[in-house]
Amino acid sequence: MRLLLNLLLVLSVFKLSATNLHVGAGQAFNTILSALAKAQSGDTIVVHEGIYTEGNLTINKSLSLIGIGYPILDGQHNCEILTVTASDVYIKGFEIRNSGQLSTLDVAGIKVLSASRVVIEDNRLRDCNFGIYLSDCNDCQVTRNDVQGIIKEEQNSGNGIHLWKCSRALVAENHLSGQRDGIYFEFVTDSEVRYNNSEQNLRYGLHFMFSHNDHYHHNRFHHNGAGVAVMYSRQVQMTENEFGYNWGGSAYGLLLKDISDSHIWKNNFEHNSAAVYMEGASRIILEQNQFRENGWALRVQASCDANVIRQNNFFGNSFDVSTNGSLVLNTFNGNYWDRYEGYDLNRDGVGDVPFRPVSLYAVVVERMPYGLMLMRSFMVYLMDKAEKIIPSLTPEQLMDDKPAMKPLGV
Amino acid sequence: MLRIVKYVLYDILQNRIVIGYTLFLLAVSLGLFNLSGDPTKGLVSLLNVVLIVTPLVSIVFATIHFYNASEFIELLAAQPIRRSVIVWSEFIGLAVAMTLSILVGLGIPVALFAAGATGLTLVIVAVGLSVSFVSIALLASVLTRDKAKGIGVALLLWFYFALLYDALVLFLMFSFADYPLEKAMVAVIALNPIDLARVVVLLQMDISALMGYTGALFREFLGTGWGAGFAVIVLLLWVLVPIVVAVRVFRRKDL
Repeated sequence: MRLLLNLLLVLSVFKLSATNLHVGAGQAFNTILSALAKAQSGDTIVVHEGIYTEGNLTINKSLSLIGIGYPILDGQHNCEILTVTASDVYIKGFEIRNSGQLSTLDVAGIKVLSASRVVIEDNRLRDCNFGIYLSDCNDCQVTRNDVQGIIKEEQNSGNGIHLWKCSRALVAENHLSGQRDGIYFEFVTDSEVRYNNSEQNLRYGLHFMFSHNDHYHHNRFHHNGAGVAVMYSRQVQMTENEFGYNWGGSAYGLLLKDISDSHIWKNNFEHNSAAVYMEGASRIILEQNQFRENGWALRVQASCDANVIRQNNFFGNSFDVSTNGSLVLNTFNGNYWDRYEGYDLNRDGVGDVPFRPVSLYAVVVERMPYGLMLMRSFMVYLMDKAEKIIPSLTPEQLMDDKPAMKPLGV
Repeated sequence: MLRIVKYVLYDILQNRIVIGYTLFLLAVSLGLFNLSGDPTKGLVSLLNVVLIVTPLVSIVFATIHFYNASEFIELLAAQPIRRSVIVWSEFIGLAVAMTLSILVGLGIPVALFAAGATGLTLVIVAVGLSVSFVSIALLASVLTRDKAKGIGVALLLWFYFALLYDALVLFLMFSFADYPLEKAMVAVIALNPIDLARVVVLLQMDISALMGYTGALFREFLGTGWGAGFAVIVLLLWVLVPIVVAVRVFRRKDL
């Protein structure tokens, strides 16, 4: 009992020592820097409205930094603005703008280095080279931030949210635009990316490299230079995302390169140059996705194997599937193809004749891209018809044995 | 000239074939829009009709009409009327009739079901194609004296533009696959009004596919304001060049 009382006493003393330090015009501290110097671990620094141009602020204690009325931290284009080197830091409610830019160092609006349990939420970042940069961090959260870059050339621009060698991170409900990559993951494991909106970035909306066991869902990726890229990763879950209007010579809705054992489920692909481009992908299950009015719904290179493509809906794509070889190691099953012209005698909802989604013309275009000029020509139509009856150039084995007669309710 | 155009036009508009053609277009367009449900899909099917049927009807009808009117033309040639006026009036009469057919048969259903940039492009392209094939037909009929031969030539020309040309292009592409053909392809489409019309409509319709890879080339070239201008000019050339040549030939022709 006495021990418990003592413990309570100690706790209450600890609690009391966590003080609030107010910064702002007419407050106890004029500058954030002086408050930072004075603060102890566990304290809260409350920053009131105003513009603070104090250069780089390094947080090396476990503090909470809370902005009221979005105080502006301006880096005047010559430094990194917030650098966090301690764990358990909480940053909320700032507008951080005009970071510097160096070609030798990744300068960020908020950078966290080798820390754990850091939470960054409700901030606005404007015209920063990198937005939020986490390096070697565990259990961190980046939520509800709005990162807007000013479009520059790709080589001079940084990423919106950049995670390097992190684990168990949560990136949620952020809005990212005008950066190089909206969200960038490299060596990030066991993390979750959800409800983010990444649009109008120079390169990728989301960029995954060497990141395993991650899950991203309910994100929206629109109008990015090249869509979303998932490379050199395994066990990635991609569910209920929206990929749209990723248009251009080298744009994809989703680019899968050297990725394995992943699950792509219930995503929506609309108006992309190529909705899904797969290269060196293995053991991926692609199911219940919607492909609408893309140039190519699926571009499956011959280097892909053991992938299962099932129960997807294909509507109004210029090309449903194209491939660059005759070797087929993937399975297509039970998809709905709007081009399917077969019949269903026993009325079980499954077409009685297999559907070959690769048309002769798709093969021609794959080999000679300028053949695109003949699209929808009557000649091409005749060729495709002839090829459907006697396949010669198209991979014979690439077919959906059980095509659905009606669109699948996804 | 106006008076002759009026006579030609009255003659054509009373023709059962033109009325039938208009009704056919109307039925096909309405049918396609109602069947497919989705207006974009309807437009795609309609594009095939426009690219195959309108040139065929225009070229064959114009040829037959010209031969059937040969007595009327000889009569006019005996009057103090310049020969060029006679050919131009025939051309304008036929062109106006075909345009009216398309505006009624194609324009009304498109306006009802798929009003928009793509629909408008399709109708404009259909009119351009029809008029250019009327022009080609007149050249063919001026050059051949025999009616059966003239119709044969017209059919062959249609067959060449609608089918053979694309097959030849495909053959060329395969033969010269090792060379960079992108720019040559743009020139190649300009040499066939049907291909040109198709690509112009495609730029509206299959925009996602054309956004990628070499599609970008066509888009850059034909999708911009300048490129659209280029397409219009080339199509106009396809209208004007055959008829101007036809007028020159007819002026010296021994009737």
